[in-house]
Amino acid sequence: MADQTLRQWLLTDTPTSRRHAKLSAIYQGWLSFRSNTMAMIGLWILLALVGIAAFAPILSPHDPFVQDLGNRLAPLGTESHILGTDSLGRDILSRLIYGSRITLYIVALVALIAPVVGLLVGTVSGYVGGWVDVVLMRITDIFLAFPRLVLALAFVAALGAGIENAVLAISLTAWPPYARIARAETLTIRAADYISAIQLQGAGAMRIITRHIWPLCVSSLIVRVTLDMAGIILAAAGLGFLGLGAQPPSPEWGAMISEGRRFILDHWWVATMPGLAIFTVSLAFNLLGDGLRDVLDPKGGE
Amino acid sequence: MVQANDNGGARSRAPLPGWFTGTLKTLGSIAVTMLGLVFITFIIGRVMPIDPVLAIVGERASQSTYDAAYLQLGLDKPVIVQFSYYVWDVMQGDFGMSRLNARPVAEDIARVFPATLELATLGVFFGIVLGVPLGVVAAVRKGSWIDQVARVVALVGYSMPIFWLGLMGLLVFYGMLGWVGGPGRVGIFYEDIVPSVTGMILVDSILDRNWTVLKDAFSHIVLPASLLGYYSLAYISRMTRSFMLEQLSAEYITTARVKGMSEWDVVWKHAFRNIRVQLITVIALSYAGLLEGSVLTEIIFSWPGIGSYITTALLSADMNSVLGGTVVVGLVFILLNIFSDLLYKVFDPRAK
Repeated sequence: MADQTLRQWLLTDTPTSRRHAKLSAIYQGWLSFRSNTMAMIGLWILLALVGIAAFAPILSPHDPFVQDLGNRLAPLGTESHILGTDSLGRDILSRLIYGSRITLYIVALVALIAPVVGLLVGTVSGYVGGWVDVVLMRITDIFLAFPRLVLALAFVAALGAGIENAVLAISLTAWPPYARIARAETLTIRAADYISAIQLQGAGAMRIITRHIWPLCVSSLIVRVTLDMAGIILAAAGLGFLGLGAQPPSPEWGAMISEGRRFILDHWWVATMPGLAIFTVSLAFNLLGDGLRDVLDPKGGE
Repeated sequence: MVQANDNGGARSRAPLPGWFTGTLKTLGSIAVTMLGLVFITFIIGRVMPIDPVLAIVGERASQSTYDAAYLQLGLDKPVIVQFSYYVWDVMQGDFGMSRLNARPVAEDIARVFPATLELATLGVFFGIVLGVPLGVVAAVRKGSWIDQVARVVALVGYSMPIFWLGLMGLLVFYGMLGWVGGPGRVGIFYEDIVPSVTGMILVDSILDRNWTVLKDAFSHIVLPASLLGYYSLAYISRMTRSFMLEQLSAEYITTARVKGMSEWDVVWKHAFRNIRVQLITVIALSYAGLLEGSVLTEIIFSWPGIGSYITTALLSADMNSVLGGTVVVGLVFILLNIFSDLLYKVFDPRAK
């Protein structure tokens, strides 16, 4: 043990403890993930995004809300405004940097709400079975039958515009696929011998679902969440663009495109830059999701 | 249905009951799904912070006028009764009156829907024409540069905000190059020239043999339709590729190659023929997706379709129009899903 490197310890064929085996599996997963260049690019972009959001006040050259009407619609490469200024003379780069916080905020909230709701519905539906399963799956089907953006639009219309309501609306439309996945996983797990064993030990449904079924559903859900993130970002940006998400003067990227739309023919950069930001981030999530799928869920790949 | 039964020789014991209960089950689930859809829009209409009575009578109405309208709307009844009224109205195609122009919502929707249909249809057409061959070639030459290109094309399609791509398209092809017509369905000089028969201006101008209008209308639709087409291309080409890969690894393909059949025939006459059913279901799904994608596209291109209609109504708090539009889009969405399911069942003997 003493002359063994950490790497050898992690790659051993004969793990000495449960934790050793787990760490070893994670490390091997990481190694195969790391060999996927595209996925690594995605990961780096997202890490950079988190860094940018965390250090926004230090990184941004200007205050994103301060207007400078004498210097409005300055083109790219203007001194001290690399990406130009918008119609109120606000620095576009600074607004993009601060906008990354909003994007991460939305993504994080949706990624917390939707899969948890889906996991709950799916596992209960799959484990309990019977009419509970029929009713829950019917509800899931109904939500799946709606075009997502249109449903989100209607929800926001009812709840009122705003970033929290946009998150809620997107989550409400995003949970059904997770419920489907969790149910399918539950159905295969439910028949396993070890579930019968803990049932014989007297474990209740609640304990079995939370302790023994949920942990096994998580990896396929993570893959699905990562792949869905791109769609969530696009939906949030779409709502922002329609004026139903974050409200001005918030530097939300979709809302920035909407502002820049009026000057698109003469001052193209105002709408172009936030669009590029959205594209980069959602591309990164797609790349990362593809890579994760190959590692965590090999049967789901091609 | 008949074909499915003919194919299943082994199941000839009692074909009718299975077929019968199956159909009944499908119809039942369609009915429940549609009811659920109407229920959700009903709930959305309930929780909104706008008082539906005030919306009709106005803020300065007397208490008696208010009460009369309250009763007339049936708001004193239990929620379940209100819901059944709502379902009954929707079944008759009555979505109430628009707050904005005091016209029946159903009439407005009937007027704007063809525009969306026209856009989505042309979009999915572009998606099929380019996406299917791209997917097939990517599968046949797996790992080649063309496969990589197909992958990037799809990846970019999945990651690009559609409204932004629309703006960029307008900027480049309309603003800079002037290759296409700008926003709207036709240029301002050509508006209302051809009589509206189908509501789809391309079809109407052909029916009217007005080639000038046709040309102008085409120059307006080509950009938004290609844009939507790009999105369905991303999806269709990926699905085509994975279906084809599955077929090409099958043993009958090896047999065909061993027999000395040309590669063209192997790919198109054997493998491709077997993925047609799957492909049609994918196309139906991407068509449904385009109806949704057209919401944002329509706004960028000032396209007077159902997407613009819903968002305009939304911004002016015209709830009847929003809910009516949502129900209609939802219904079309469900119907397309059912259609693709049915096709699968009817044409694929394995999915009994």
